[in-house]
Amino acid sequence: MDEIQKTLLEQVADLHAVPEGAYNIRANGQTAGRNTTANIDIISKEDGTGIDIRIKPGTKHESVHIPVVLSQSGLTEMVYNDFYIGEDADVVIVAGCGIDNCGVQDSEHDGIHRFFIGKNAKVKYIEKHYGSGDGEGKRILNPGTEITMEEGSYMEMESTQIKGVDSTMRTTKADLADGAKLVIRERLLTHGHQSAVSKFDVNLNGVDSSANVISRSVARDESYQQFISTINGNAKCAGHTECDAIIMDNARISAVPELTANNPDAALIHEAAIGKIAGEQIIKLMTLGLTEEEAEGQIVNGFLK
Amino acid sequence: MLTLENISFDVEDAKGEKGIIKNLSLTIDEGKFVVITGPNGGGKSTLAKLISGIEKPTSGRILFDGQDITDKSVTERANLGISYAFQQPVRFKGLQVLDLLRLAAKTKLSAADACQYLSEVGLCAKDYINREVNASLSGGELKRIEIATVLARSSRLSVFDEPEAGIDLWSFQNLIQVFERMQENTKGSILIISHQERILNIADEIVVIADGEITRQGSREEVLPGILGTSAAIDACSKFYKGGRQE
Repeated sequence: MDEIQKTLLEQVADLHAVPEGAYNIRANGQTAGRNTTANIDIISKEDGTGIDIRIKPGTKHESVHIPVVLSQSGLTEMVYNDFYIGEDADVVIVAGCGIDNCGVQDSEHDGIHRFFIGKNAKVKYIEKHYGSGDGEGKRILNPGTEITMEEGSYMEMESTQIKGVDSTMRTTKADLADGAKLVIRERLLTHGHQSAVSKFDVNLNGVDSSANVISRSVARDESYQQFISTINGNAKCAGHTECDAIIMDNARISAVPELTANNPDAALIHEAAIGKIAGEQIIKLMTLGLTEEEAEGQIVNGFLK
Repeated sequence: MLTLENISFDVEDAKGEKGIIKNLSLTIDEGKFVVITGPNGGGKSTLAKLISGIEKPTSGRILFDGQDITDKSVTERANLGISYAFQQPVRFKGLQVLDLLRLAAKTKLSAADACQYLSEVGLCAKDYINREVNASLSGGELKRIEIATVLARSSRLSVFDEPEAGIDLWSFQNLIQVFERMQENTKGSILIISHQERILNIADEIVVIADGEITRQGSREEVLPGILGTSAAIDACSKFYKGGRQE
């Protein structure tokens, strides 16, 4: 791997060296490294469209890293990765995609991640997106996540996109069985002429299933964000969705929460707030000796932390 | 150390120009604990904002250590050594108490050092250090954190705008000890806007402001006996009990 690819890897997976445990590194459309463990197997799909990650039942405290880096201008790829997580497993999965585009052609990575989470399994899924490079070609990322959760399973998903991605269309779909619990935290910062759309579609099918979808975002310059969060309560369940956004400069933000209760015992809540940084927040930090710009930076950093 | 020279502050309202502060002059000496009191609407909070730079006077000059700071920004005044505790502290989503204390201290405060400031304002530090300064904190907690940020700055001049406002009586009983300690230990000058008898009781000097003007000024011994029992100073407890008995 070259230096650009290493930098991308550091940004999206916090990796400075080869990770411990299972991993699969994809660079410019090719496998650049793979490791499997006794409990975690990674197998290329026969048709070459992606990989299957199989985690044995009862696997505890292991991690899987599957970063993707693109440093070649004009590369467009579509990848399907399927995760099969066995019953009672407790694992951390780190995915992420970094694009460096110095050329004039658009680079695009579309990844569909499907999760099949077994009974009582616990998954922490961390996903980061990052773009760099000063070429005119756009950096485009369209991640899709499809989650199927069996009884009593738990998934925590953290997705972060802070810099450099020109266009994103993120779709996340989840189906939850009895007692399953899903927590999604999204952090997003757009600037320049970027556009980002996040679409969540959660079906609470099982008794006592619950979901919490939280988005915090900052839109600067001329950027555009859309947050669409749909929760369907099909049983006795609890759903909560929250979109909290700071708008700056000439940006535009649209928040569209949609709740549907198909059962009288479905308890569903949505909250959405879009606003500028409060003037008094800036003044408070100025009384501590920060300039207006420094104050703004601290407020945005804290908000997205 | 701080001199206000012929300060006026006017605002426009429906009836035209209105003077909030009228040709007011005041000097705060080095190391003094000064309490400004007076009826509501008299211009006390405006004065605090004029000192910290949040508002600019319509006319007059403000000198700090001999330097004219009238046209200096909030940031510049903060860096010269003026601190200001808000009457209604600001909430921040995401920023943690430790972040705020570090910004105030301008150093990468260790958690232990930050804890010390929190302990000084009567908060059990380890419960608070990683809390977000957001709506989950009560008014009293927020007020203490606000005061801790001012302590962390250890400024030449610290201005507190009604530290008792918005917190319950029982929290205030504890908070008052913070100011008593500050009076004993702090080397810089302290300016507090307050109606509280117990704060007036520890002042070196008391300034009474009404209708934008100083109506009385002097040492505690000179001023306090004349204002106790007037609307300028309210003994919170007696008011509370009277209220309870519906006298």
